[in-house]
Amino acid sequence: MILSWEDNVMIQVQNLKKIFVTKHVETSVLKGISLSIPEGQFVAIMGKSGAGKSTLMYQMGLLDHPTAGTIEIDGIHTDTLSQNARTKLRLNSLGYIFQDYALVPELTALENVMVPLLMQGLSKEDARRDALAALVKIGLGHRHGNLPSQLSGGEQQRVSIARAVAHKPKIVFADEPTANLDNAASKVVIEIFRDLHAQGQTIVMVTHEPEYTTYCDRIIHLDDGLVVSDEIRKH
Amino acid sequence: MKSFLIDCRVGFFLGLRQLYRSSIWTTVLIMFIMTLTFLNLVVISGILVGLIEGGNIANRKQYTGDVIITKRAGEPSIERTPELLATLENMPAVERYSARYLKGGSIEANYKTRKDFNALPDTVGAQIAGINIAKEDALSGISDYVVEGRFLDPDSTGEVVIGANMLRRFSSAFGDGFDSLDGVYPGDTVKITVEDRTKEFRVVGIVKSKVGEVSFRTYMNMNDYRTLANSTDLNASEIAIVHNGIISDEVLKNMLVSEFGAGAKIQTATEAIPQFLNDIRTAFSLLGNVIGGIGIIVASVTMFIVIFINAITRRKYIGILKGIGVSGRAIQGAYILQSLFFALSGAIIGTIIIYGLLVPAFAANPLDFPFSDGILVATASGTTTRAVLLLCITLIAGYIPARMIVRKNTLDSILGR
Repeated sequence: MILSWEDNVMIQVQNLKKIFVTKHVETSVLKGISLSIPEGQFVAIMGKSGAGKSTLMYQMGLLDHPTAGTIEIDGIHTDTLSQNARTKLRLNSLGYIFQDYALVPELTALENVMVPLLMQGLSKEDARRDALAALVKIGLGHRHGNLPSQLSGGEQQRVSIARAVAHKPKIVFADEPTANLDNAASKVVIEIFRDLHAQGQTIVMVTHEPEYTTYCDRIIHLDDGLVVSDEIRKH
Repeated sequence: MKSFLIDCRVGFFLGLRQLYRSSIWTTVLIMFIMTLTFLNLVVISGILVGLIEGGNIANRKQYTGDVIITKRAGEPSIERTPELLATLENMPAVERYSARYLKGGSIEANYKTRKDFNALPDTVGAQIAGINIAKEDALSGISDYVVEGRFLDPDSTGEVVIGANMLRRFSSAFGDGFDSLDGVYPGDTVKITVEDRTKEFRVVGIVKSKVGEVSFRTYMNMNDYRTLANSTDLNASEIAIVHNGIISDEVLKNMLVSEFGAGAKIQTATEAIPQFLNDIRTAFSLLGNVIGGIGIIVASVTMFIVIFINAITRRKYIGILKGIGVSGRAIQGAYILQSLFFALSGAIIGTIIIYGLLVPAFAANPLDFPFSDGILVATASGTTTRAVLLLCITLIAGYIPARMIVRKNTLDSILGR
């Protein structure tokens, strides 16, 4: 059954192309992708290595500029935005979870989560309160004073999730969030995603592990820079 | 404005934590380098200037006082000296003074043991100074510079103290440029001739100072001087004056010039410094600034490299911070804060070392320079200027590499491309 989220489109991608140019070699990674992701949808982007899934996520997450095509985030045309405006949009509307956790090593778990909140203009006390709440929510309230080096991989990834969602973004992008984790830690992370999704969070997750797409509403398969299947699921 | 303040706050938040959670040894090493750089800036030029300044201070203390009055060119002495001395005696601002009466003459030594009367006598040309012994010692502390024997007693007669530069054993450093006497020691007698009058004196002491005017003179009391020089002239050759510190040298000078300027040359201690010393001071200052300038360049390159390496090794995290919405300005602020910390800590530690250790150490153990006792000159204004200069240069040197890294593509930074 195809679900209808047509009224609340969060991401709209039109004919997206990305070509990497290295010296004299041009590599076309995305070859004209069009898709729309409604608000509250949990989307998995799958495909084999080199299919273009991470590249697609980086374009949609405004971490990179596409070679051609347009991206709208919550109705905002991003292709004409200045660098500062893109940064502000990322700060206020997007959250990121990276494969290698990407926590700042000199900051504690709590401080890592506080950074986007401080950038949003919250006072230190408010940022601390919200960050702590986010950590408690993912079961790491007791580790808030630990540096990343004092946390396990699974714990670091959970801190990374807390950082991605503490400022209540409209979309969370996760790039292979379980790739570096063992089974148990991966399941914990996926459960957190399920909870976030249950609260209405829009999530775009890149993965190549089908077992972790159980809770996804939709699975988009890429191959050679093109969408080869777009499967909507009903739970 | 609001976003600027937020950027500053986040920059401070990130920078502070990077500082106190980075390697303590790296932090200490960078602080050490910045301290050395600051010391290089202040101390090298301070010592070079101090070589001359030490001479100037000694000149003021032992010879000129705060204001010195000498005869006008072409005149034999200071006009209206008695009236001038009476005025000085009654001026509350004048703490002490000494009038000196000078005449050229010669000293003959070893005449009692002379065997070959065909050879030239052991004679040297000398400047004979008649002084009020108590006043001169109070003004210049000349007795402190007696290296052999003792200084003249206030009521001594028939006694002299000879400047060390008149004696060969002290003046060998000058080579053969000056005539000097052999083997004159306290207790020996010498013949002193002024114009055509000769008198025998007993040497009671040798005075040695790096101030040439002190070490090249032979001192005796006023009565002996008048007898020897057959002089009834009460006008002195020079008068050195020390004020009470409440007024400046310039003010005292102007007070005296208005009344006695026509018959005497009145100069502050600074004005009386020989031009060649001022020229050396200027040259040394320039040299110090050049060396300091090189130090500044080294400091800025050091800071550039430190921040650049710091930023390049953290490029991935800079990319991530940008990715999660931290502005480039906030990230640059974090690195500027670190530069500021290193420059400030270098300046503060350097200042403590300079004023707590080096300046007192140089004052207690001056550099033994041929014409002065070199001290370390570190004025508050000069030190502050150099600290501000170091801060500015370091901030720029810290900002540039941070900006270079921050401006790189966010995704390339995150992925390490």
